[in-house]
Amino acid sequence: MVALTPAGDYRTSYAADMTIFPTRNSRIAMLLGIVLACAAPLVLGRYELGLLINIGTLGIAALGLNILVGFTGQISIGHAAFFGFGAFMSAWLHEEFHIPVILCIPLAGLGTAVVGLIFGLPAARLKGLYLAIATLAAQFILEDFFARARWFTGGVAGRMTENVSIAGIVFDREESYFYIVLGFVVLMFVGAANLMRTRDGRALVAVRDHYLSAEVMGINLAYYRTLSFAISSFYAGIGGALYAHYLLFVSVEAFNILFSIQFLAMVIIGGLGSVMGSLLGAAFMVLLPEVVQALVDQLAGGAIDRTLKLGANISFLREMMVGASIILFLVFEPNGLAHRWRLIKAYWKLYPYSH
Amino acid sequence: MGEDAPILAADHVSLRFGGVRALTDVSFSVNRGEIFSIIGPNGAGKTSMVNCISGRYRPTEGSILWQGRDITRVATNRRAALGIGRTFQNLALFGHMSVLDNIMVGRHHLLSSGVVQGMLWWLGGAQREEIAHRREVEEIIDFLEIQAVRKAPAGTLSYGLRKRVELARAMALKPQLILLDEPMAGMNLEEKEDMARFIVDLNEEWGMTVLMIEHDMGVVMDISTRVMVLDFGRQIAIGSPEEVMAHPRVRSAYLGEEVEA
Repeated sequence: MVALTPAGDYRTSYAADMTIFPTRNSRIAMLLGIVLACAAPLVLGRYELGLLINIGTLGIAALGLNILVGFTGQISIGHAAFFGFGAFMSAWLHEEFHIPVILCIPLAGLGTAVVGLIFGLPAARLKGLYLAIATLAAQFILEDFFARARWFTGGVAGRMTENVSIAGIVFDREESYFYIVLGFVVLMFVGAANLMRTRDGRALVAVRDHYLSAEVMGINLAYYRTLSFAISSFYAGIGGALYAHYLLFVSVEAFNILFSIQFLAMVIIGGLGSVMGSLLGAAFMVLLPEVVQALVDQLAGGAIDRTLKLGANISFLREMMVGASIILFLVFEPNGLAHRWRLIKAYWKLYPYSH
Repeated sequence: MGEDAPILAADHVSLRFGGVRALTDVSFSVNRGEIFSIIGPNGAGKTSMVNCISGRYRPTEGSILWQGRDITRVATNRRAALGIGRTFQNLALFGHMSVLDNIMVGRHHLLSSGVVQGMLWWLGGAQREEIAHRREVEEIIDFLEIQAVRKAPAGTLSYGLRKRVELARAMALKPQLILLDEPMAGMNLEEKEDMARFIVDLNEEWGMTVLMIEHDMGVVMDISTRVMVLDFGRQIAIGSPEEVMAHPRVRSAYLGEEVEA
């Protein structure tokens, strides 16, 4: 499908032809969205803001995984471990070196990028299932490291950490921390969108689409396959650090393989190879349990509830819904929510015609 | 060595896969400014020869010389910066990228923005660089008459257009030598005429030396400066199109005639 642009939308410079949001309306819509998001703490309650914060932190990490899986065509089933490493590293940096938390977050991202680079080295040689197993090893090695390195993680007891504070203002409530997360979300997503319209972003996609011809075009395959892991881990580290300074407590068992699978689910449901899709996928995965909970509450006390014991089995129900939604997406919308969104937009533009 | 040495030379190149001898002791040189064609029946080793030059295969014996310098062991991805571009026999575009992005990938070795500059776009000079290169890429797009499909995903194009986009991508490397592996295979007459014109123009106006594999004898004989014929991995003739056409072993390879004496 060729990108649809409205009649009369003329571009008179190359700069105007390279913008992230192609039309004036889409730019206005995005700015309006950010303004609306800024107003959210005035309207929404703490619980809802907490959900939004989760969507933001997970969305950043999911974007990292999407750069690796969606854009570069590799696989990682150890993403949660990198997410955890960022969380621990930020907490550790703050406690050991008394670096302001707001600086610890990007530093944790860089530290995680280095770890990701090391675990990404096999990617220079391995592909497909073999790479999947290598990243599985990263998941278990890091999990084991978290449990043993008490100086770094506090061991099995976990590690407490502090709120973000800038110039005496402490971001200790959902209403204020929301802005920190929003700021990082905008920065990281704009960064990824920019990356994808420049040399190294194109090189990553070229490696995914046809690595043999990418090599002939002068692209160093081993370098870009490893770099992709570093970028992906950078995003995971930032997401993890934001998560740590929201919950104020980081515990080892949170970053297990199930969590890694959930990240994969986010990028598949959101849309592989779509920057915005990562956020949509994270939103889907955060809101799905809420929807399940609401449904169960609706059915409470009824015949279905009594026979199936919904209330008691709510946690299983959530897992099953996650699994079911992955399967349904793979069957009915393998390109994810981002693609569905594009179809909806095209439908509005073309109505009443179908093409 | 510099300017007088041939732009490319193959020196007694042999290539074996286990017991299969894809190339046996092939030597030739391509002079700057030529259109040099390699012809031969199926399985003659033409694509293997091009793969040895572009770095996909490493010759079992012999060496590839680039302007007098031995590049047999130079990594594939470094040959783009040397000035070697190529297209593929079976299309090898980046299917999900737009035509424009495909061609911009060809600029890879000429661009310098890394990840950080890329992410910062406005601040690190990445935007300026992209615009400068976009301008040059648009010249290639104009030349190959693919303006209408610039933003279309490459995987959705027709076969003839894809071949053209692939040529555009190879041209974007700014190669001194461009390797074309069957640029006209599967095209109709009109598309072939267009492609032949593009090849002649990029040779004469853009100053690229062309090394081409092609099966269409009419085109080969029309536009080539020199022709080399391979059969079963061996060089059986090399010379001007007329000489090669008259060569008895070529006639035997193509028409199955007995070679006298």
